Amino acid sequence: MKRGFIRINRDLCKGCGLCITACPKQSIKMSESLNIKGYHPAEYTEDEKSEDRTCTGCALCAIMCPDVAIEVFRG
Amino acid sequence: MVKQVFKKPESLKENIYHYCPGCGHSIIHRLIAEVIDEFGIREKTIGVPPAGCAVLAYNYLDVDMGEAPHGRAVAVATGIKRARPDFVVFTYQGDGDIAAIGTAETIHAANRGERLTVIFVNNGVYGMTGGQMAPTTLLGQITTTTPGGRVGLRDGYPLDLSQMLAVAAGSVYVERTSVTSPKNVIKTKKAIKKAFQVQMDDLGFSLVEILSPCPTNWKLSSVDSCKRINEEVVKNYPLKVIKDTTQTNG
Amino acid sequence: MRGSHVIAEAATLAGCRFYAGYPITPQNELPEYMSGRFAKLEDATFIQAESELAAINILMGASMTGARVMTSSSSPGISLKQEGISYMAGMELPAVIVNIMRGGPGLGNIAPSQQDYFQATRGGGHGGYRTIVLAPYSGQELVTLTMKAFDLADTYRMPVVLLGDGLIGQMMEPVTFPEPVDPATLPKKEWTLSGAKGRDSRLIASLLLDPVKMEQHNWKLARKYETISQRETAYEPYLLDDATLAVVAFGTAARIAKGAVNRARKEGIKAGLFRPITLWPFPETELKTLAGKVKHILVFEMNLGQMLEDVRLSVGTEAAIHFHGRPGGIISTPQEIADVIIKLAYRHELD
Repeated sequence: MKRGFIRINRDLCKGCGLCITACPKQSIKMSESLNIKGYHPAEYTEDEKSEDRTCTGCALCAIMCPDVAIEVFRG
Repeated sequence: MVKQVFKKPESLKENIYHYCPGCGHSIIHRLIAEVIDEFGIREKTIGVPPAGCAVLAYNYLDVDMGEAPHGRAVAVATGIKRARPDFVVFTYQGDGDIAAIGTAETIHAANRGERLTVIFVNNGVYGMTGGQMAPTTLLGQITTTTPGGRVGLRDGYPLDLSQMLAVAAGSVYVERTSVTSPKNVIKTKKAIKKAFQVQMDDLGFSLVEILSPCPTNWKLSSVDSCKRINEEVVKNYPLKVIKDTTQTNG
Repeated sequence: MRGSHVIAEAATLAGCRFYAGYPITPQNELPEYMSGRFAKLEDATFIQAESELAAINILMGASMTGARVMTSSSSPGISLKQEGISYMAGMELPAVIVNIMRGGPGLGNIAPSQQDYFQATRGGGHGGYRTIVLAPYSGQELVTLTMKAFDLADTYRMPVVLLGDGLIGQMMEPVTFPEPVDPATLPKKEWTLSGAKGRDSRLIASLLLDPVKMEQHNWKLARKYETISQRETAYEPYLLDDATLAVVAFGTAARIAKGAVNRARKEGIKAGLFRPITLWPFPETELKTLAGKVKHILVFEMNLGQMLEDVRLSVGTEAAIHFHGRPGGIISTPQEIADVIIKLAYRHELD
């Protein structure tokens, strides 16, 4: 199974939540804390180093993200 | 080996969007930037922004841009394209800009087959000015100027400019898509790419109408705004290729 | 050659390669001529737009690419272009806008008139901009002023209005044309939309949300207008050296006034003519010095007193100001004006 991971730029995110519904693995959630603009930003729930990550790097989250706040990696 | 599979397109500037959370403009800007990158035409592309939320498109798209008075973007773009046919010229307009005040300019540019690409963002309201009724506001939809909901025989019916443009002989490719889901976003990008291709192949007028969420003025969350489009708006504005007389199946 | 044709030919010789217009009497001959003339040129674009409003906006786009551009219309059509002209003034876009005036207001008629003086010189659009306004009164001046209009527009980066009327547009007079200007030899414009190659992307816009920037931009425009007022003011004196009464008139009215002055001279009255060629910038100082000498000024216009106000502003109390105006397209005869001069001369014992 190919592994992937994403990096969300906390302060670019405006907490619109579109990535959360787009992610087939539900591995993104709304952060409890606020970002610099006062939004609850989206947060990648998995550790990009751990082997049992569910993220496949499909990038659906990034495709939906209005603010280009998500970078997607595979491998 | 770790490979980055998604990143900001080059033709998109570093500036942070002023758009509201979940606004479709942000997504569409990125798609245009991706298409410009993929065609490698950033240095000969000229954009014409509207008066509306996207008047600040220049802050985000790293191409030369000329601002048009409200509703006149297609006319200004006509002047640019006719004076410099070697440029790739697109307009980026909201529903009020193109289907209300700019109707005549758009129909006649299509009728003259101007080799232009129009990106028509249909979000059903006048966004920048605070959510007034637009020509594409649905019947019964409440806006700041239809407090009791839009009434056809009083406020007009939702106008389908794309259908009207399909009738103009000079229009070659007209498609309506949306940005409410990854699948739709990808289809929108394909449509934008094809529209640019039609222009570069000198075939005639091309337009992509994109149903886009406006959470702030619809008073819905971003996710619910997308749901509203998928369940209600598409009934009036079905997602489909409205006209395609190109041989190229790009 | 017919006036409208002269303008079109002169524009082409000035290197104009982009015209957008719309039919409206009494200037139809201009787009008609231009369509044929541009068809013979490789690099020229003629567009008959769906409205005068679309035409000015198409022109705006073409001007952004650095082309020399022109549109023409008549009074009602010029009203439709006002928003576009304001935008072009704000964006500092050069263009030549020809107004072959007709009687108004409203649909009015198609006879010549000068009722658009205020619209042209005060700016009919919003935002306190100015446009250079040139008032030709002969076939040959249609050549020289049309070509000058393009140079002024490029030099000062702004719209320039060529203010003719139905008579000037239809009038046939012999003219001579200078050598054509090859657009390729024109000075390169550094501010155009030319594609972000080897430089940052560029925006041509009039939107300035920050009030500080908006004010600075207006001060910049004001400095430009001040420079133009000092450098580009033009007028023609006629028999003013010994004049005791000066007629002030422009365009067709000035032609009539010249005839009237000659007739008054035959009656032994030392009348003269002061003919503004630039209506904006208005020749204030020159008129003021003249007023100090002649003591009596007769303003004659084909309207009910518009340039009259500029004359009042210039002359102040230096001279007595009299006015004779005919609105709506009736063309006065030289004798009619001569009678007015003669009556004034007797009433004020002028020799």
